[in-house]
Amino acid sequence: MTSEQVTAKVTTPALGRRHRRRLPPEVNILLVLVGIALVFEILGWIFAGQSFLMNVQRLRIIILQVSVIGIIAVGVTQVIITGGIDLSSGSVVGMTAMVAASFAQASTWARPVYPALTDLPFFIPIGIGLGIGLLAGIVNGWLIAYTKIPPFIATLGMMVSARGVAKWYTKGSPVSGLTDQFNFIGTSIWPVVVFLVVALIFHVALRYTRYGKFTYAIGANEQAARVSGIDIERHLIKVYAIAGLLAGLAGIVTAARAQTAQAGMGVTYELDAIAAAVIGGTSLTGGIGRITGTVIGAIILGVMISGFTFLRVDAYYQEIIKGVIIVTAVIVDVYRQKKRKV
Amino acid sequence: MAVSPSTMAAVRASGAIPQAEYLLNAENVRKEFPGVLALDNVQFRLKRGTVHALMGENGAGKSTLMKILAGIYIPDQGDVYLKGIPIRLKSPLDALENGIAMIHQELNLMPFMTVAENIWIRREPKNAFGFVDHGKMYEMTTELFQRLNIALDPESQVRDLSVANRQMVEIAKAVSYESDVLIMDEPTSALTEREVAHLFEIIRSLREQGIGIVYITHKMNELFEIADEFSVFRDGRYIGTHASTDVTRDDIIKMMVGREITQMFPKEEVPIGDVVLSVKDLSLKNVFRNVSFDVRAGEILGVAGLVGSGRSNVAETIFGVTPATSGTIEIKGKAIKMNSPTQAISHGMAFITEDRKETGCLLILDVLENMQIAVLQDRFVKYGFVQEKGITEACEAMSATLRVKTPNMEERVENLSGGNQQKVLIGRWLLTNPKILILDEPTRGIDVGAKAEIHRLVSQLAKQGVAVIMISSEMPEVLGMSDRIMVMHEGRVTGFLDRAEATQVKVMELASK
Repeated sequence: MTSEQVTAKVTTPALGRRHRRRLPPEVNILLVLVGIALVFEILGWIFAGQSFLMNVQRLRIIILQVSVIGIIAVGVTQVIITGGIDLSSGSVVGMTAMVAASFAQASTWARPVYPALTDLPFFIPIGIGLGIGLLAGIVNGWLIAYTKIPPFIATLGMMVSARGVAKWYTKGSPVSGLTDQFNFIGTSIWPVVVFLVVALIFHVALRYTRYGKFTYAIGANEQAARVSGIDIERHLIKVYAIAGLLAGLAGIVTAARAQTAQAGMGVTYELDAIAAAVIGGTSLTGGIGRITGTVIGAIILGVMISGFTFLRVDAYYQEIIKGVIIVTAVIVDVYRQKKRKV
Repeated sequence: MAVSPSTMAAVRASGAIPQAEYLLNAENVRKEFPGVLALDNVQFRLKRGTVHALMGENGAGKSTLMKILAGIYIPDQGDVYLKGIPIRLKSPLDALENGIAMIHQELNLMPFMTVAENIWIRREPKNAFGFVDHGKMYEMTTELFQRLNIALDPESQVRDLSVANRQMVEIAKAVSYESDVLIMDEPTSALTEREVAHLFEIIRSLREQGIGIVYITHKMNELFEIADEFSVFRDGRYIGTHASTDVTRDDIIKMMVGREITQMFPKEEVPIGDVVLSVKDLSLKNVFRNVSFDVRAGEILGVAGLVGSGRSNVAETIFGVTPATSGTIEIKGKAIKMNSPTQAISHGMAFITEDRKETGCLLILDVLENMQIAVLQDRFVKYGFVQEKGITEACEAMSATLRVKTPNMEERVENLSGGNQQKVLIGRWLLTNPKILILDEPTRGIDVGAKAEIHRLVSQLAKQGVAVIMISSEMPEVLGMSDRIMVMHEGRVTGFLDRAEATQVKVMELASK
């Protein structure tokens, strides 16, 4: 039976209608974001005597801070959808920041890493940075796909080693004196633009391309996906490579924003990125998650940090509360999954 | 009135065991699972010091009954008596404490612990400080092994043992509970002849000690060699109990398959075309060997055999899931090295696997996402982008043709019934226009209506020239649908039967050969 024949037989396509009757899951998360913002707004008037939201400067800082974590989280979300995890992104940020910055130094700087290679056009350090991130991601993916070690272990190894590379690269000293051309990407709201473009690209990729459909299928049931003809190994390498590439991009943006690179950049960013994905509704068991949710999740994290600072909550409390919120998000997710089953 | 396990334990300890006619008996036991009546008012009576075999086809209810006796399942209805006293078993531990031990088909040992630790787990001898007294434990194990004539080192780790030796450890463990009843679920399925002989020696000595042994097997010759009595089950019903000296092999087979084929199979006579798939001397090390067969366009090749006969493994190997260790696969006369499902699909193969949940459905995704996943390999995709309109229409049309009952295409597949899940999977593969369709237990666990629909569909596909391989444990299905039947037993092909000559008895004979 060819499907053409099948199609020909059918005259009443009235069966499944195309419209989603459920509200998209992002609506819930968006409501949470609005709720949190309003709580800070009210607390702001009560305790600080001023508005939390009606402050352009504050909102600008929030979205700028969110951008770097957000770029990483877009990659991490895809990894988590396949049922994996990426712990290496924070270290990859540090590694790429260092390496990219070393090719972005101005000749006016006293002690460049490569004295012969100063004042290079911006695309060379950026290209090298992206390449390093991509390579780290490919190594992660290859280890997971072919040696069958758990993603947790593979990326834990990369996390430790990449941080090691970042420190070894200049024996610990920071890389400064970067060209204006390179720094440009970190100025003004350009980090936000990069984040939104990245988010848009992968939102489209996940929802409308074969790459996306296969990513969800692998996360939902790897064995079934394999029997359906999906080359699991190749696909996993792709997904981890993208996550590495985006962590590399985040490293470049971080260095450009700071106009310097340090080996300690990006520490614990991987955890914030995972938290953003999870708060945004990505299921750690795989098969479920959307970039839009992750973007909102990242903003929720940013709003909370900014809000606590605004209310002068002690930094220690902030971390404690952040942990509680991440766990709560997962509990809510587990509960929601249970309820959805009939 | 039911007696609690602790009372029972006290009775056992006091030695005041009532002299009942049966050591263990179950009366009017009924057990229903969602959609399946597994046991319908069955009885089972085990005498002291006998080996009692349980016979029946796959799905006859033997395992369910044994699991009830071992406290794993709780019956919906009926009573279980131990030495004439009614008992209610609530857990396997309960059963153990009542002196009923079960040795499972899948061995339940902890691989990284020693033999002795496995045997005495939860009952480890302790020294004065409350720590485990390993010396004593090894001593106890050695004694136990001597009694059973088992030559194993109590200190070796279980993961280093062969399957046969693990089996011996399981038996020793069961005996160590001083059980009165020992339930063995196909204990010889992984043993060599010599190991079987040793096992039988042990069973005979246990029998002499007055222990009652329940022995589930598919092997006719074992029945005559070791069993004193046997009970036959069929489709969840109790058929009868006889002494094994009173009957012949043919009698038993008739009891096992005795039903008439009442269901209608819409098998159509269609012209059979050229050989599409030809398998020669295909082997997968330690799983199956020298499997050879041809399938022609329009032909339905039924594959029969008991669970574990290697039927599904052959299908997986042909489809590239587990590449063969030797032998050839030819499609339309061209030899192909089948290394992955991707490759199999590119040669026009489709495979509906045995386990819908494990290897079929993407349960948390919706109907559309489940149906489109295979065809997206090479159609409905342009520059990496899925042509949403085209694929959605194709899936909706397929869903309508197959009459998938779902509120809409966005319904999660886990919310559909088994029959509808199966239809979604069939739809997934029909979208790829397969030339060769492999179906493994296509109607397992689905209702009669959906079953008939799937049978009709398979017939239709054959009519359109698809070569179909259909693995099934359901005898009426195999006999009703197949043009030819290949029967397997223990990793070998034991014979082929043409549609005209095939009967249930002949298939069963080949399946236990």
